[in-house]
Amino acid sequence: MHGVAAQQDRRIRFVIGGSSSARITLALLVLALGLSALSFFLGPADVTPSQLVAGLFNGHGAAGVIAREIRLPRAVLALFVGAALGASGAALQGLFRNPLAEPGVTGVTSSAGLGAVIALYFGLATISAAVLPACAVAGALVSAGILYFLSRAGAGVMALVLAGVAIASLATALTALALSLAPNPYAMSEMVLWMMGSLKDRTLSDLVFAVPLTLIGIALLVSAARGLDALTLGEEAAHSLGIDVGSVRRRVVFGVALATGAATAAAGAVSFVGLVVPHLLRPFYGYEPARLILPSALGGAALIALADIVVRFADPSEQLRLGVFTALLGAPFFLWLILRLRRDA
Amino acid sequence: MNALFFANVTASYGTRRILSGITASFRSGAVTAIVGPNGAGKTTLFRAALGVLPSDGVIRVLNHDLKNWSREELARSIAYLPQGSDAHWPITAKRLVALGRLPHHKPFAPSSNADDFAVADALDRCEAREFAERPINELSAGERARVLLARALATGAPILMADEPAAHLDPAHQLSLMRLLKEEARRGTAVIVTLHDLALASRHCDEVVVLERGTIAAQGAPEQALDDATLARVFAIRALRVREGDGSAVLAWTPL
Repeated sequence: MHGVAAQQDRRIRFVIGGSSSARITLALLVLALGLSALSFFLGPADVTPSQLVAGLFNGHGAAGVIAREIRLPRAVLALFVGAALGASGAALQGLFRNPLAEPGVTGVTSSAGLGAVIALYFGLATISAAVLPACAVAGALVSAGILYFLSRAGAGVMALVLAGVAIASLATALTALALSLAPNPYAMSEMVLWMMGSLKDRTLSDLVFAVPLTLIGIALLVSAARGLDALTLGEEAAHSLGIDVGSVRRRVVFGVALATGAATAAAGAVSFVGLVVPHLLRPFYGYEPARLILPSALGGAALIALADIVVRFADPSEQLRLGVFTALLGAPFFLWLILRLRRDA
Repeated sequence: MNALFFANVTASYGTRRILSGITASFRSGAVTAIVGPNGAGKTTLFRAALGVLPSDGVIRVLNHDLKNWSREELARSIAYLPQGSDAHWPITAKRLVALGRLPHHKPFAPSSNADDFAVADALDRCEAREFAERPINELSAGERARVLLARALATGAPILMADEPAAHLDPAHQLSLMRLLKEEARRGTAVIVTLHDLALASRHCDEVVVLERGTIAAQGAPEQALDDATLARVFAIRALRVREGDGSAVLAWTPL
């Protein structure tokens, strides 16, 4: 009996012990960078990897244009969009203490999408390249703010998830309204395609906003990490441990809004990454919310880089959009998770 | 020494006054029970002492006005075990206990030797070492209660407040919990615990504070605070008094 317990102890230590989780984090980093590099080297144009690398650094000729203008933005954006969504999911789950919380499920993604659509619809996006991401972040902030006030008012987790459903429905309805009022059919198709989520035809100017906003967002989430650990014991216990629970909530809400807003502005609505990635990684990090944030960012980056490669090669004309693909994978996963949580409860 | 002192403390939720004119003191090195009917303000008293709920009057923690304490200093001075404590994620018992060391940490600082020692010591005292590496959700209710208490002990605070720690525990675990609390008091900690079970309060605590609708109905040694008149007025019960060896206990016997 004792031997079995000791063996189980060793097994648990192996799974969640410090050094093994550090190895997993490193593996995720290598995987994300490797998939991003693969994404850079793979594409319809007939250019060799060495031509692409040369083109990336000297910028001359067709290889230079393909490397710098097409492949690089796409490969880098995949990393940052995935990192933003993965980290946002992990932090929201920590804050709400529920594995079902996620930018998509809580309506943050669709609100960011609404903000972006408004920017596109009113032609605001042509004023400055900063307007689209700013509107997306503002949209994300509104929905995350509503969730924040509900949670501060003591709403339970189920109420928050239901509020997320309502926010998402409202944002979708308003987006549809904007679409039906769209001034010309071209704008409408642009918005529809954009909302389905894609990394196609992105430029370096998309990176200019997505990268810093994502980094600031993730930094905010990481700064809330120890508070999220304390929240494992509930809000009162966290408070008694010297944690400013209000500040933790604000950091998470702003961090998620910045990161998810930036990701949505750059890639459209991409859902379920923030749900799937933290859930799969959680056991390897001892279910501790703080330790899960950065690995979820890396895992999200790897997943989006991989998904972007898959959608390009499954259908070279890219009728299969990235957001559609992640939803096709993520929605059944979400349902499975609900069933499993019900069974465990 | 009075570790925690309330003078004429009043606190409200919105317009509803929960505590009015509370004057009470809690000694270091003693276990003090707070008893009272549901809604008497037991938990609110804790919330006021933690600064979660704003209050009027004076609350002194270790002889300093509560208003002068920083959040971190207060967290190092009062360890709090809320009612119905549980962990929302299946982290290991050891990691849960280590959360009790958060008040001693700067953000992003790794755990020190003192932290490791305090965690190991708290696990040992609560006899939780053997399942330290197991996820909290795989433990029995009694084991979980010990781990949660170990988390509060790991902080090493001079004041320990526990809200209904004996609820949902079987008799053997209730007794072992009271023993742990007494041991903690013997180390000089002011242990303050809310209890519904008058027998536990009278048998195992050094002092008893009886709350009635937000005011102090009685306080003092258990036999004295839980006298027949107070029990009749506050709880509307008649009690049976039991003596065995050097101990005695008050048992709720019949409703009045």
